[in-house]
Amino acid sequence: MNPIDYNKYTATVIVWLLLLTMPFWLPAIGGYSELGTRVVVLGLAAMSLNFLLGYTGVLSFGHAAYFGLGAYGVGLTIRYLVPSTGVGIVAGTLIGTIAGAIIGPMIVRLRGVYFAMVTIAFGQVFFFIAFRWHSVTGGDDGLTDWSRMPINLGFTTIDIQHDARAFYYLVLVVFAIAVGAMAWILRSPFGRTLIAIRENERRARFLGIPVDQHIWIAWTISCCFVSVAGALYALLNNFVDPRALYWTQSGDFVIMAVLGGMRSFWGPLLGAAIFVVLQDYLSSQTQNWMSFVGLFFVLVVLFFPRGVLGIIKRKVAS
Amino acid sequence: MTQLILFNVFNGLIVGAFYALMALGLSLIMNLSGVINFAHGGFLAVGAYLAYSLIPYIGFWGGLIVAPFLTAFIGLIVERVLIRRLYGRDPLYSLLLTFGLAFMFEDGTRFIWGAQSLPYQVPGWLLSPLSSELFFLTGYRLFMVLIVAIAVIGLFLILGRTRLGIRIRAGTLDLETVSVLGVNVRILRNLNFGLGIYLAGLAGVLAAGMLGLQPTIGSSLIMPSFVAIIVGGLGSLPGTLLGGLLIGVASGITTVFFPSATEAVMYVMMAAVLLVRPHGLLGEEGRF
Repeated sequence: MNPIDYNKYTATVIVWLLLLTMPFWLPAIGGYSELGTRVVVLGLAAMSLNFLLGYTGVLSFGHAAYFGLGAYGVGLTIRYLVPSTGVGIVAGTLIGTIAGAIIGPMIVRLRGVYFAMVTIAFGQVFFFIAFRWHSVTGGDDGLTDWSRMPINLGFTTIDIQHDARAFYYLVLVVFAIAVGAMAWILRSPFGRTLIAIRENERRARFLGIPVDQHIWIAWTISCCFVSVAGALYALLNNFVDPRALYWTQSGDFVIMAVLGGMRSFWGPLLGAAIFVVLQDYLSSQTQNWMSFVGLFFVLVVLFFPRGVLGIIKRKVAS
Repeated sequence: MTQLILFNVFNGLIVGAFYALMALGLSLIMNLSGVINFAHGGFLAVGAYLAYSLIPYIGFWGGLIVAPFLTAFIGLIVERVLIRRLYGRDPLYSLLLTFGLAFMFEDGTRFIWGAQSLPYQVPGWLLSPLSSELFFLTGYRLFMVLIVAIAVIGLFLILGRTRLGIRIRAGTLDLETVSVLGVNVRILRNLNFGLGIYLAGLAGVLAAGMLGLQPTIGSSLIMPSFVAIIVGGLGSLPGTLLGGLLIGVASGITTVFFPSATEAVMYVMMAAVLLVRPHGLLGEEGRF
């Protein structure tokens, strides 16, 4: 095994060990189990975004829309249709993925800042639908009167409703499936093609690769995973409100990806952990936490543009 | 009914004029420097609040003239200290930086001036309706349209007739050549940023009188400005102007027939434009 592969292997093992044992050590260092779940869920969202941002090189600033659609999908399903957590997650994921697939063809021809602007503007449609359709979505007050349901496996029932630790492990299982799928896609010829597009789009086009079509598929895959994260987020809070769809939420995902390191697979998860803990701390300390979060954005851009893992990788390499 | 439609069309036109003012500033900055300024709404709010604080001392007209210039000055400093460092880097970074600035502006205005809506003094004689038939035609509304028209004509005169404007337009097409020809590109970008922020500040001073003064005034106007740019066509200032007015009027008309879709209609328009003409109504193919 060459040293780089070896490093990757160790990193993956360490990440999984930390995630699997989180409920046992997190309370000891002052966290609470909901915080750990939030890190995993938002980490999944940031990793899904990074599938586009870091691996395809497409600047999406509107991922909150599909995150929020996943969240509303699960909430509406459990409240109005089927009181089942599993069906809800599937429904939320489908809604987010289909919306992404429909919007995809309108945006794949655009690049750079223009792409960012159109994705963020499109996200607002869903925000206004959730905000205005009061009779169904609860409008600004959010969707209430529903909660995650115990999972019935036939031979036994898992009470994720009251047992926070059981819910954490359910989230972790979904996370593992999603992240495994993402890693598998990135390793496939399709994933390699995406990286080729990131590195040199013109050359990829000259090689006969249908670039727009690849970006559309990558976009839809990314929307799919981010809506899984959204569905889990709604289950975590037993609540959805339009802010999950708002454009500032998209910015949070981007800063998580950048902060952790866009060019590394696990970077966004690390970024999410730092961001969630920081936001949790700031909002408990000061009313003006928004200013500090803003300042944090500015500092990250000016001083850590490569992200934490980017810096570590550089140190290791030199 | 006709009156109601006329009222909402006119209302939409005014709101569209704000969108256009803001979008023109955003466009200027994006065309020359490749930066999407998310903090544009923040600058708008700063302009509005500065005018609010200045009016008791220098009067409404003084505030109208001074506040946008002060806002532009803040813009010059922000460009000089922060945004200049990010030219030539991945546009992602300038996006994130201005995003953070937007948070700071919104929270900062809330901290300084408070979260509640503030009363905004407009001279009394501007508020009375001009005719009993068309009750909505108050002097202030007409006055806003007039000021916006003057600002837009002024902007196009600056861009078309002055040396600075010609350099900005040339730089938009090919910044490197402009630099080789001996123009100080750093100063050019700085002034261009200031010009864009001036328009935001002016929009803020006017909008505060109509929409009410609260810290979220900027963030509620920024997304429609994006839509205006996309509908009108990236890289085209007349297109941006057209886009702003179009979406303003469209939401005005929608208010009459289907009020809950007031905000959504402009995004539907955007989708339609992107499907038919991916580069916007007046945009040029292949620029972005």
